[in-house]
Amino acid sequence: MLFSVIGNYSLLLGLFFGLVLVYFSAKNFRNPKLLDTKILSFTFLQFFLVVISFLCLVLSFVVSDFSNETVFNNSHTTKPFFYKIAGTWGNHEGSLLLWLLVLTLFILIFLVRTKNQPIKYRILTLVFQQIIIIGFFIFLIKTSNPFNYIHPIPTEGLGLNPILQDPALAIHPPILYLGYVGSSIIFSSVLAATTLNIVSKKWASHIKKWALSSWIFLTLGILLGSIWAYYELGWGGFWFWDPVENVSLMPWLALTTLLHCILVLEKKLILTSWVIILSISTFTLSMSGTFLVRSGILNSVHTFANDPERGLFILIFLFSLIFLSLFIFFFFHKTSKNNLSSFFWLSKETAIIINNWFMMYFLSVVLIGTIYPIFLDVLSSQKISVGPPFYHKLIIPFLIPFLLIMAIGPKLKWIKSNLEDKIYLILLLIISILLSILIVKNFTSNYLINSILVLSALYLFFITLRDFFNKGFKNLAQNIAHFGFSLLILSILFNSLFSSEIITNLKVGETFENIKAKIVFESISQKEEKNYKSIVGNFIVQDSKGKIENLSPELRIYNQPNIATSEADIKTTLLSDKFMVINIVQNQEFFNVRYQVKPFMLWIWISVILISFGGLVSFVKKEYEK
Amino acid sequence: MYGRKVKLRFLFVALILISLILTVFLVLKSLEENVVYFQSPSEIKALSELDKKKIRVGGMVKKNSISVKASEVKFIITDLKNEINVTYTGALPNLFAEEKGVVAEGFLKDRNFFSATKILAKHDENYMPPEVKEALGEK
Repeated sequence: MLFSVIGNYSLLLGLFFGLVLVYFSAKNFRNPKLLDTKILSFTFLQFFLVVISFLCLVLSFVVSDFSNETVFNNSHTTKPFFYKIAGTWGNHEGSLLLWLLVLTLFILIFLVRTKNQPIKYRILTLVFQQIIIIGFFIFLIKTSNPFNYIHPIPTEGLGLNPILQDPALAIHPPILYLGYVGSSIIFSSVLAATTLNIVSKKWASHIKKWALSSWIFLTLGILLGSIWAYYELGWGGFWFWDPVENVSLMPWLALTTLLHCILVLEKKLILTSWVIILSISTFTLSMSGTFLVRSGILNSVHTFANDPERGLFILIFLFSLIFLSLFIFFFFHKTSKNNLSSFFWLSKETAIIINNWFMMYFLSVVLIGTIYPIFLDVLSSQKISVGPPFYHKLIIPFLIPFLLIMAIGPKLKWIKSNLEDKIYLILLLIISILLSILIVKNFTSNYLINSILVLSALYLFFITLRDFFNKGFKNLAQNIAHFGFSLLILSILFNSLFSSEIITNLKVGETFENIKAKIVFESISQKEEKNYKSIVGNFIVQDSKGKIENLSPELRIYNQPNIATSEADIKTTLLSDKFMVINIVQNQEFFNVRYQVKPFMLWIWISVILISFGGLVSFVKKEYEK
Repeated sequence: MYGRKVKLRFLFVALILISLILTVFLVLKSLEENVVYFQSPSEIKALSELDKKKIRVGGMVKKNSISVKASEVKFIITDLKNEINVTYTGALPNLFAEEKGVVAEGFLKDRNFFSATKILAKHDENYMPPEVKEALGEK
């Protein structure tokens, strides 16, 4: 009760401070001495209020205060302590409060860390950021207040969706949001810099840090979601081209492109308009991501029941932000007298531009695949879904030149260059060709495209690998990230080529046998936990080489809400994962058993970590040089 | 120098245009081929000719209709007006149960038999796919 009151008033006060900040900044725009005293303390106060509000919500969850509607809808007294806390952001209201928290945190960090930037630029960035913050405050308070009361007070809550009661998913939203919301700073800063016409090399190297940090978090956030989907959803895959996944991939693609463009801008001061457009679209995509996931518009396998009316607000807010940014872009942005005359085809910037083209192509494929069903539904009320074949068909062939340019591009110099050590490049190409033929030879389906794909990924792999020894610390960050990417593509390819699966229905004591494996359903045992009962199946699996493995997948039946979830049993080794889930069929003795052997699964995770580690190295390096 | 600059610009614009057209063409073409339409049992009954393409059928799993054998699962999807028999080999989602919403993806054998290749999982016990809600009418 008390926490809700405090939380609610902190929110209102926070909104008030937002308005004060905008007014104050506008008034003191010409007299910027107050920035580091008053404005900074107001910003801090606003952040502090949101923190209090957030802590109040966490405490309401911890003490199971069911007079609070959000807690009632998403918590339960028997829920483990850890998930009571994590449940705070496992729902719509709480996750928006988290958005707000990160928004205010980032602008505070921005103000503290940019003391050597022009004062007008800092104030203007603050104003743009406050516009976003105020929008979110109003959205939160008006349509999804986390502190609504229920009367009479229920004695027990409805419980958190069991599928969310998982460690990876507990930290997935905060990490992902750090990435999403980080792009808001880039957005505000770009608008400020455009208005003041200070888009310069210096600005580029300063904003690069923000782009990097938000990119690192976004990458890790997507990774966590993917790992969760792998072991919790029981499908044994890590990416389903599901709309909810796509909306996190789109900002990632835009942000990755942006990072590369900022590099060009930092060195050569070209592509300024492109950088501005990319920054705007990155944030817009992050926001539409939140909008699409939270509005219930998307027809997704991940969809959680939610309220479509909220969508309208975000949509209006989103469009006014886009309108504002386009207005600023067209009226304030002056194209500098760019030095196109010193533009040569064989140069690093050309390679980056070409790669940008591919990234934009991937982005538009994902975008169209995600929103086309919505449009069709609105226009003709036809229900359709766009599945993996669509994406695979459009993306895979273009990955080949993409990978090749990724391999060659970094070898080029800025402005004008010739390829150095051609012999090595050709030698490695030949090695890759031979290896890829060897690897894919055993497979009849899609022979050509697979071997070319493996070839180009291997090529990138070898070239980056060689650079580790050859160049040492030069371009280390980029090299790590590119190496990670080649490893990622290779692992995904091998994973999809060499995976095998057995799906069967078995009774206890039965045995399934085919040429690949023998599965013995030994027994079942039951366990009782605090908020769920579980059935554990004990299986013995013998593969064609006679290797024996014990697997015991679990089926949890939660009591509140009454939902069953499968906990896959996964035996991970360096080279492959053995994956098994069971499911019970209503009123039947049969268990539905799915057994998969998934090679290189571990390497998919490792390579994504490597990619983000590359970002981290770049981040630290910039810091160090300064 | 000026001539070169203009030429470069022109080339750039041309390249962008060409790639744009190419993208749109490719995307539209494969959308046409890979889109999966959703139909309710009633809509299938009303079909004038059977589609060979992959479709999705949604509705409710009829009470007492699930039967399991070692190799396959059979059940009936109903939208309370019409129903269709489904045979399926594969993994079942957690929330697959009688009198719950279900979406099956696969191919029609005829107007009464559907051979499913995938049963879609839902995360939320109260969640109904919008299509199912519509197919079931206001319930």
